Amino acid sequence: MSLKKTIRKGVNIRLAGIPAETVTDAPKASCYSVQPPDFNGLTPKMIVREGDSVEAGSSLFYDKNQPTVHYSSPISGTVSAIVRGAKRRILSVEITPTGTESYKDFSVSDLKTIEKETLLATILEVGLFPLFRQRPYDVVANPSDSPRSIHISGFDSSPLAATTSVALEGRMKDFQNGIDALSILSGSGGVHVGTESGDVTFADVKGCTITEFKGPHPAGNVGVQIHHTEPVNKGEVVWTIGYQDVANLGAFLSTGKYIPTRVVACGGSECAQPAHVRTLAGASIKSIVNVPSTASNGDSVRIISGSVLTGDRVADNGFLGAYHTAVALLAEGTDPKFLLTSGWLGLGLSRFSLSKAFPTWLMPKSKTWDLDTNMGGEERAFVVSGEYEKVFPFDIYPVHLLKAILVNDIDSMEKLGIYEVAPEDFALCEYGCTSKIEAQKIIREGLDSLRVELS
Amino acid sequence: MKFLHKIISSVKPHFEKEGKLSRFWVVFDSLETFTFTPGHVTKQGSHIRDGIDLKRTMFLVIMALVPALLFGTWNIGDQYFASIGTTDADMLAKLTVGAVRVIPLILVTYGVGLGIEFVFAGLRGHGINEGFLVSGMLIPLIMPVDVPLWMVAAAVAFAVIIGKEVFGGTGMNIVNVALTARAFLFFAYPKQMSGEIWIQDIASSKAGGLLVDGHTGATALGHLASTVGEKIVDMKPVMALFEGDGMFSLHNCIIGTIPGSIGETSVLAIALGAVLLIATGIGSWRIMASFLAGGLFMGLLFNLMGMNAYMTLDPVHQVVIGGFMFGMVFMATDPVTATSTNTGKYIYGFLGGFLSIMIRVFNPAYPEGVMMAILFMNVMAPLIDHYVLQANINRRQKRLQNI
Repeated sequence: MSLKKTIRKGVNIRLAGIPAETVTDAPKASCYSVQPPDFNGLTPKMIVREGDSVEAGSSLFYDKNQPTVHYSSPISGTVSAIVRGAKRRILSVEITPTGTESYKDFSVSDLKTIEKETLLATILEVGLFPLFRQRPYDVVANPSDSPRSIHISGFDSSPLAATTSVALEGRMKDFQNGIDALSILSGSGGVHVGTESGDVTFADVKGCTITEFKGPHPAGNVGVQIHHTEPVNKGEVVWTIGYQDVANLGAFLSTGKYIPTRVVACGGSECAQPAHVRTLAGASIKSIVNVPSTASNGDSVRIISGSVLTGDRVADNGFLGAYHTAVALLAEGTDPKFLLTSGWLGLGLSRFSLSKAFPTWLMPKSKTWDLDTNMGGEERAFVVSGEYEKVFPFDIYPVHLLKAILVNDIDSMEKLGIYEVAPEDFALCEYGCTSKIEAQKIIREGLDSLRVELS
Repeated sequence: MKFLHKIISSVKPHFEKEGKLSRFWVVFDSLETFTFTPGHVTKQGSHIRDGIDLKRTMFLVIMALVPALLFGTWNIGDQYFASIGTTDADMLAKLTVGAVRVIPLILVTYGVGLGIEFVFAGLRGHGINEGFLVSGMLIPLIMPVDVPLWMVAAAVAFAVIIGKEVFGGTGMNIVNVALTARAFLFFAYPKQMSGEIWIQDIASSKAGGLLVDGHTGATALGHLASTVGEKIVDMKPVMALFEGDGMFSLHNCIIGTIPGSIGETSVLAIALGAVLLIATGIGSWRIMASFLAGGLFMGLLFNLMGMNAYMTLDPVHQVVIGGFMFGMVFMATDPVTATSTNTGKYIYGFLGGFLSIMIRVFNPAYPEGVMMAILFMNVMAPLIDHYVLQANINRRQKRLQNI
């Protein structure tokens, strides 16, 4: 008997190009990449150089501030490029696979007898540790912390997301193995899995607390699930990890091979065949999905690694982000919109809006929407009140928290509950904002400045 | 619409930094963004965005004001002809009399207000914010019919500069801009703002002997204010105006065929606007509902006290006279100056309605209590929000103590 929670605030945005519930194996990519900017809080120190050959699971770099945390290659091959940006910041470490796959050999002991320290050391060495993120701050976890609990969201409620039952098909033994390992790492709070109401994928999973969540996006955000089960208080640390990564951890602990499998949902209005694809973390976008040269509206195509609400814009020679399990193709919206036809005074039949000033709310819920990347207006000061609260299922006042961050008032940020949130929790607020405020960016900056201030 | 965009794009270079007309960039930019939502695309965060923007939001408020504007225009004519005893004036004649009054008012308000906004936007180097589009429509509607245009111009300038721009423009102001303009007139020109200004040309009609016998041109609030401090029995003739077929009967007050500020008289027209604002979610139903509740509650309390004739007025009648309904629907709900928390909105609205009726009855020197009450609650709104937030903070700290 699992716990049940209902999330009332939020909204599901049904974008056109929903991925079919089928999964195919992607061809081996010509290039893979590990991108340090994907990991919040990381300052990379290189271990390998260009031209070195690596095995799957070999360390590429480690974190300067937490030297035990290693980041490793998803595949065997040669380090073909270390791409640097402004101020010589490392943007990407690219690996070109060569010949047959070889895996770095790790000895793993039986989970029933393993000590916590040994298990943690193994996870750090193989480079699986960066998959743990922590609340507060939404950064890569610190291995010297002992987390109160570990939370896993068993579903992604964002638009065009992967379906859990498809992504974990045939992997439930690995997942159970992963949960067993997590319960060794976790503190007194244990391991929590949040599942989608009606989903039976996790029905037989043991050794964790399962909570069923019913309601619209962001019910699948792990932050929302933590808030509605055991909220994070000041001074507490909670770790989170993606459900696919739990399975990868479990698989590693039974085979000793590092294979960071990702089942990626490819979708969006410009995606010819929206479906799930099985590949490895860091694979090139080209190997995952065919990108058309022009969008259906004549504009160019936006490639998004991750969710359309939170992901990264990538070039067509880009890579799948470290934590991402979706790739979306949308049309850009660089065409100005005439006021009466599709602009601010138009009927707006084709715009999905959280505001009742558009006729969205009168249309059937099953309708899918073909949205482009246009801002839909200009940036303004906060004017309208109460619109964030409709899609923000936390006992937190979102606008007041944002304003506290904008004036860098650390004390107010703490009091207003910044420890519980991550930028992704504000994605829907940002979507529906009348004043076009970059809420996720502000939250990220607030978390970063708080972390610097308190470290 | 490609050709229109081509024309705009072709003249754009003249307005950019190096162009000859660069000082008029703000004017150009506001016209350009008015006709075409720019082709800006998302850079980070959410890659898709809602179509709602401030232009659409503000436009819907203006739409909500249209019934009150149209009725107010007609009512100016209706009241005028009634005051000189003409009973056979047709709709067109009434509308014409009204339009001659209302159109210059609107032009002066927008001219002065937008002119100042353009200057400030130019100085600060940002585009025009849409806030004044609504303020500029609200101000004419809360003016007495016979207000001199130069006074309106002065009031608008004061409201926009001192009420809004010194705080940083739209979104930053503390008190409602339109009410600031009204309050400015009330305090700066008290003599001109009272007495015979509620009906078109009433002063000259009186001088010319055209005025119907016994017609004072006073508003409902003016009549009621005269009852304060008098014995209830002596005030029977005044209170009779509010009964059955009196001039200010419930029926007339709801339809709006009474003298008063241009847009405030018709509860029916205002209700149409309220329906639009609530249906589109632009106006806060929380504020409107609690404001109404506050007004009715105070009216009921006065009924129980019954110390003078004003207090004996039915609560429902209290809230349909004066600017109560207009203030409730269009002024109290201004999202910038109201409370921003949902809990705070209930408190803010209730106290606003409560104080409106209280000020009106207790202090006949301020017949229009709604204006005072809302301005006062605007100032109090951050305090209400502060306590609502504090409750949230305390909840979080209590949770911390429990572990």
